[in-house]
Amino acid sequence: MDLFTPLSWNDTGFILTGVLNTVFISVVAILVGTVLGLAVGFVRAESSKSVNILLGGFLDILRSVPLIIQLILFSTFIGAMGYPLDPFVAGSIILSLYTMAFMGEVFRSGFNSVPMAMRKAARSLGMSYWQTVRYVRVPIGMRAVFPSWLGVALSVIKDSALVSVIGYMELLRTAEQLISRTQQPLMILIGVGLFYFMISYPLSLYGKHVERKMEI
Amino acid sequence: MDNYEFHWNVVFDAFPQLLGGAFTTIHVSVLSMLLGIVIAVLLALGKMSTSKVFYHIANVWIEIARNTPALFLIYMAYFGLGAYGIHLSPYFAVFSALVFINGGYLAETFRGGFQSIPKTQYSAAKSLGMNKFKVYRYVILPQMFRRIYHPMTNQFVWSILMSSLGILVGMNELSGETQRLQSTSFRTLEFFIVAAVMYFVITKLVLLAASLISKKVFKGEIS
Repeated sequence: MDLFTPLSWNDTGFILTGVLNTVFISVVAILVGTVLGLAVGFVRAESSKSVNILLGGFLDILRSVPLIIQLILFSTFIGAMGYPLDPFVAGSIILSLYTMAFMGEVFRSGFNSVPMAMRKAARSLGMSYWQTVRYVRVPIGMRAVFPSWLGVALSVIKDSALVSVIGYMELLRTAEQLISRTQQPLMILIGVGLFYFMISYPLSLYGKHVERKMEI
Repeated sequence: MDNYEFHWNVVFDAFPQLLGGAFTTIHVSVLSMLLGIVIAVLLALGKMSTSKVFYHIANVWIEIARNTPALFLIYMAYFGLGAYGIHLSPYFAVFSALVFINGGYLAETFRGGFQSIPKTQYSAAKSLGMNKFKVYRYVILPQMFRRIYHPMTNQFVWSILMSSLGILVGMNELSGETQRLQSTSFRTLEFFIVAAVMYFVITKLVLLAASLISKKVFKGEIS
């Protein structure tokens, strides 16, 4: 009797689920993280030192504790408190917060990159404070930090692989399960690596291209 | 909400083991960083060399390191090489994946730092009568080091944080040790809270040391 069944075309659906789940959780984390990061970045660029120290301390924790520990800690915590969440929900909450912590810094420097003279010029043209934010600082500042934003987004796609520890069936976890059934680790892993590479490489090239264009 | 009782005693009893784990974490990150730097220098030279072969080897290495998840590379070292009959220990699998990634990322940092120094400085130093060694020793490298110091610190912190993936291959660094200890005591929450605090402290200490060193070495020229 054969103990292991080799990889076959029947596994396509299973792998595809993993691919879609990886894409899904990455997109959710990047979207939520960007929105939250924009808010955090704005608050950090505008507020006083004391608020900044508090907020900065919180973001610091998110950035100085390994993501994998955060995921385990959060899912254990909500379980112990009696509100177990779906791995996808728990994973996207933590991944989004993690993304927010990095995006916040990116956007903060984006808001600060618009020179004071330009903001004052906008105000003296009769724009209200929020109008200068909406029509001057967001469009100009955010364009300046686009390459960094893309860098963070790419690292989120790669870090989404860690959500597998709390039981979310993303690509790397499906691969792991296929490996334990088929015992063909090399082929499966190379396929997985190629998938990540094919998403990440073109985007990183694009980021470099934009960065080069901005320098000139 | 209120019926979870924290039991910290188990964690305090196991504290020496956690410290041992933390030591392994620092150990693997320092070593992977040092070897990573050596490889990064070679890769950066390869990427700037005129030889097509070296250029392509360096390029492929750098792009794979930068565009695939760290966890994938650790699995590759641990399970993937196993298919060739090369069975690495968990420590060595994590170590080699970190070296691979550090090399790739730092190579780009080094290349960027090197290229940010205008070529005219080289000619100017030459015209002052310095030989090639002196130009690099006194003009190019000190400036370059200043520019790559910060990214290098970040990469080191990243290595510390990413060595936590050792938990998934059964390595006995801080998170792996935590996992092992919580599985025998079932105080998962307490153990992981302590581990998180320890990671935070390690990271902060490294950053503090880095900023003190930079103040000493660069005399406050960079923050």
